[in-house]
Amino acid sequence: MEREREELERTWAHEKGWRRLLMETDHKLIAKRYIVTAFVFFLFGGIEAALMRIQLSRPDNHFLSPDKYNQIFTVHGTTMMFLFAVPIMTALGIYLVPLMIGARDVAYPRLNLYGYWVYLIGGLLLYTGFVLNTGPDAGWFAYVPLSGPGFSPGKRVDIWAQMITFTEISGLVGAIVIIGTVFKMRAPGMTLNRLPLFVWAQLVTSFMIIFAMPAVMLASSFLASDRLIDTHFFNPAEGGDAILYQHLFWFFGHPEVYIIFIPALGFISSIVAAFARTKIFGYTAMVLSLIATGFIGFGLWVHHMFATPIPQMGQSFFTAASMIITIPTGVQIFCWIATLWHGKLNIKTPLLFVFGFFAIFIIGGLTGVMLAAVPLDLQIHDTFFVVAHLHYVLIGGSVFPLFGAFYYWVPKWTGRMLSETLGRWSFALMFIGFNLVFFPMHQLGLSGMPRRVYTYLPESGWGTLNLIASIGAFVLAGGVLAFIVNFLWALRAGAIAGDNPWAADTLEWSVSSPPPPYNFHNVPVVQGRYALWESTPDAPVIRGLSTSKRETLVTSVLDAEPELRFEIPGPSIWPFMVALATGVTFIVGIFTPWAFLVGAILTGAALACWFFADPNYENRPAREHPERSRPVSPPAGLQPKEV
Amino acid sequence: MKQGGGTNRIKLAFVALGATVFLCSCGGGIQSSTNPAGPNAASLSRLWWLMFWVTAAVYVLVMIAVFIAIRKGTRKSDLNPVLNLPPETETSRRNAVLSAVIVTVVILFVFLIYSYSTGRALTADLGQKNGLSIEVTGHQWWWEARYNDVDASNMFTTANEIHIPVGVPVLFTLRGADVIHSFWVPNLAGKKDLIPGKVSTMWLQADKPGVYRGQCAEYCGLQHARMAFWIVAEPQEQFNAWRQNATQGAVPPSTDSQRYGQQVFLSATCVMCHAINGTPAGSNIGPNLTHVGSRNTIAAATLSNTREHLTRWIVDSQQFKPGNRMPANNIGQKELDALVDYLQSLK
Repeated sequence: MEREREELERTWAHEKGWRRLLMETDHKLIAKRYIVTAFVFFLFGGIEAALMRIQLSRPDNHFLSPDKYNQIFTVHGTTMMFLFAVPIMTALGIYLVPLMIGARDVAYPRLNLYGYWVYLIGGLLLYTGFVLNTGPDAGWFAYVPLSGPGFSPGKRVDIWAQMITFTEISGLVGAIVIIGTVFKMRAPGMTLNRLPLFVWAQLVTSFMIIFAMPAVMLASSFLASDRLIDTHFFNPAEGGDAILYQHLFWFFGHPEVYIIFIPALGFISSIVAAFARTKIFGYTAMVLSLIATGFIGFGLWVHHMFATPIPQMGQSFFTAASMIITIPTGVQIFCWIATLWHGKLNIKTPLLFVFGFFAIFIIGGLTGVMLAAVPLDLQIHDTFFVVAHLHYVLIGGSVFPLFGAFYYWVPKWTGRMLSETLGRWSFALMFIGFNLVFFPMHQLGLSGMPRRVYTYLPESGWGTLNLIASIGAFVLAGGVLAFIVNFLWALRAGAIAGDNPWAADTLEWSVSSPPPPYNFHNVPVVQGRYALWESTPDAPVIRGLSTSKRETLVTSVLDAEPELRFEIPGPSIWPFMVALATGVTFIVGIFTPWAFLVGAILTGAALACWFFADPNYENRPAREHPERSRPVSPPAGLQPKEV
Repeated sequence: MKQGGGTNRIKLAFVALGATVFLCSCGGGIQSSTNPAGPNAASLSRLWWLMFWVTAAVYVLVMIAVFIAIRKGTRKSDLNPVLNLPPETETSRRNAVLSAVIVTVVILFVFLIYSYSTGRALTADLGQKNGLSIEVTGHQWWWEARYNDVDASNMFTTANEIHIPVGVPVLFTLRGADVIHSFWVPNLAGKKDLIPGKVSTMWLQADKPGVYRGQCAEYCGLQHARMAFWIVAEPQEQFNAWRQNATQGAVPPSTDSQRYGQQVFLSATCVMCHAINGTPAGSNIGPNLTHVGSRNTIAAATLSNTREHLTRWIVDSQQFKPGNRMPANNIGQKELDALVDYLQSLK
C-alpha cells in the first residue's frame, strides 16, 4: 500500500522550475493560478472603482479628466465581467469538480492549460493598453456607432475587441473541460441524480457558456472587422445596423450574468449543507431550477434594449421572461431557507456570507423585477438605479458567495484555516461598506442621475448621496483587505486544517489538505448524494488503476458505470506554444489583417506539434471492470473541528 | 457564546440597512422621476410605487423567514449531520416552499398585467396625439430641436432649450446624427434612444408650467455627462408668443458694437458651424444661434447664459467641456466684446 502511494507520487509529481510553470497540467495548479490571476484583476477593477468614486464624491470634481474617467469605467466593467467574474467561477470549478466527483484530473488537462495562457494574454493585453493610455473608452458593451471606426479612431476599441476574443476562447475551453469531466469521469456510484449541487451548477454554467459566448465573439469580430477592413456590418450609412450589434451583444450579455451567478448558487448549496448540518431541501427542485435558469436566461436579452424602437408587443415577451426567471431563483432561496429552518447551524464566516447573500441579492432580484417592466424601465434604465441593481445582483449574488467559498475552501487549498475573527471583520466591513456604496445609488437614479457621467452639476442635488457612496467604497475595500491579510496570515500561521475541518459531505473533504497531485489514492465508490455523510464504514473503493501512468476511470454519462481506464495526458509545452501563436495572431491583428494569415500558419503548426510530436500517452480500454476491495481509511469524523 | 455574537452582528447590519432605507426618503427635484409633472411620468410613478411597496413587503417577509430560520437553527447543540427528518416535517416544508412559489407567481402576474397595460396606455394612441410635433436630433454633445408645422414658413430650429405649451401632448420624433443618444426628461416621461439610421417616437405632456431638466441617458462619448437640455413648459399664450418670435429671423443689430460683432461673427470661423437666420450664416454643424440671447443656458445646459460665461466659452470652450467640437478662438478683446454684445442681443 505504501509502495503504491510512493509510485503514485512519482508518477504524478509536478515538473520542476520553468517546466512546472509552462507545462504542468495538474488541474489544481492551473486552477490556483486562475484564481490568483482573477483575484489580482479583481483588485485592479476595485482600484478603478475607487478612483471613480473619488471623482464622483463631489460635483464638478477635477480629480480625473473625462477621458481618463471614460477609460476607467470601461476597463472596470470589462475587467470585472471578463477577467474576474467568469474566470474565477470557472477556476473554482476546475479545482473542485474533479475532487467532488472522484476523478484524478480533468478531462482535457492540456486544453485546460491552454485556456489559462490565453486568458492571461487577454488580460495583459487590456492592461498594457490601459497603462499606455490606450485603454478602451466606449463602455464594456462598446455600442456601435460610438465604438465604430468613425467615432473611436485609434486602437483603444480594437484592444477591447481582441481581449474579448481571448477571454471567450478561454471561457469556452473551460466549459468544455468541465462538461467532459462531469459527464465521463465521475466515480462509480455517482449517478447524475447524486451529483453535488455545486457540480450541477458548474455543468449548467458550462452549457450556457457554450451557447452564449459565440454571440459576443460574433459581435466583437464583426466590430473588429468593421474597424480593420471596413466591412460595414454595423454602419447604418452602408446598410448595416446599429441595433443588430445590441442584439448580438446582449444575447451573450444577459446569459453572462447567469454564467457568473449560477456557480455562486453552487457555492451556497455547498456551504448551506455543510454549516446547517443537513441535506439541502428539495434536491430535484434545486437541479431543475438551475437548468430552468439556464434556459430562461437566454430569453431576456431585450430588456437591456427597452428604450430602443422595438415594438411594445415584442418587448412584452421579454418582460414576461424576465419576470419568470424570478421563479427558479425564488425556488432555490425558499429551499435554502427551508434547509436552514430545520438545520443545526454552525455559524462560521462562510455561512455569514450566505446570510449576506440573502440580504443583498434579494434586493437586487426585486429591483430586477422592476427593471423587467418596460414602462418603469424607461425611467430607470441607464441611471444609477441600474448601477445599484447590477451590483446588488452581482456582488450580492456572486461576490459574497465567492468570499464565502474562499473561507470555506481555502483550508482545502492551503491546508491552513483562516482566522474566524478576521473573517467576521471582513464580512462586517464588506456588508456595511457595500450597502453604503450602492444603496444610495437607487435614490440617485430615481432623482435623475444617468450612468457613465464623469461629473455632475452642483445644482443637481446629487452631492450628498454620492459622498456617502464614496465613503462606503473605502469601507468595502477595507473588508477585502481584511480578507487578504487573513489569507496571507493563514498561509504562514493558520491552524492546520486536516482533511475535513468542517465535517462536510462532498468527496474533496476525504483527501488531504492540500490534496495530493493524484487526488485520490483509491477512487471511491459513492453511495449517496452526500457522499461522505452517507458512506458506510465498509464502502468499497476502486482498485486496479495504474500507479505508473497517470490513469483515471472513465464512467458512463447517466449512471457512472465504469467503462475504461483512461491515461490522462501529462505535461506538454505545446499548449503554451499554441497560446502564444493565438496571442500573436490576435494582437498583431489589431494592426494588420495579414496577422491572420501568418497567425493561422503559426497556430496550425503549433497545433500539429501538440497532436503529433508528443504522443506520450494512449487510451487503453479496460478488459474487465476494475476489481473492488476494502477501503483503506476509515470515514472522517462527522463533528466539525473547533477552530 | 461565539455563535450568538455572530447573529447579533448580523442583526446590527440589518438594522443599519433599514435605517439607510428611511434616510433615503424620496425627494423632489427638477430632474426626478418620482416628482412627475405630466400624465406620462405620473402613470410610471404609480407603477413604481406599486412595485416598490409590494417588493418591499416581499423583502421584509423573506428576511423575517431567514431570521426565524437562523434563530431556530442556532439553538441546537450537537453538530452531527441530520440525514433524515420525519415525513411530516418534509411535507410541511414542501407545502411552505410551494405556497411561497405560488405567491411569487401571483405577484409576478399582477406586475406583468399592470406593466403591460401601463405601457399600452403610453403608446396606443400615439398617432392620434394631435398636438405639437417636434423633431429632436442628438449630436455629440448637444440637442437640435426642429418645430414642425404644415406651413413651412412656421418651421424653425433651435437647440438645447425646448419650449412646449402646458396641457398639450407633444409628439417627439427622435433621430441620432452621429452616435446613439437617449432623450430623457424624468419629470415628464421615460427615455427613448436616438439611433442613427432609425427613427423613434414618443410623446410627453406637461401639466404644470415649469422648467424640467433633461439629460442624455445613453453613453455617447467624451462629454456624455454634459449633454443636457431644458424643457420649458408655459401656458399656451406665452408659448405662442415665444413661437411667434422663434419663427422670425434674428433681430438686426442696433448698436455700433452689435453691428461690429455681427461682422466679427460673419468673418471669423463662427460661420463654419453656426447659423443665424436672416444673415448669410447658415451652417448646421453646431447649434442654431438665431435666438441664442433668449436662452437660459449655453453649452447644452452646462453653463448659465451670462456675459462672462459666453465670453469665456467663445475664447476657450474646452475648459468647461473638454473634447467638445468647438475650437478655441484667438480673437482680440475688442472683437470679443462686440461679438458677445451681438450674440446677447439675439433675443
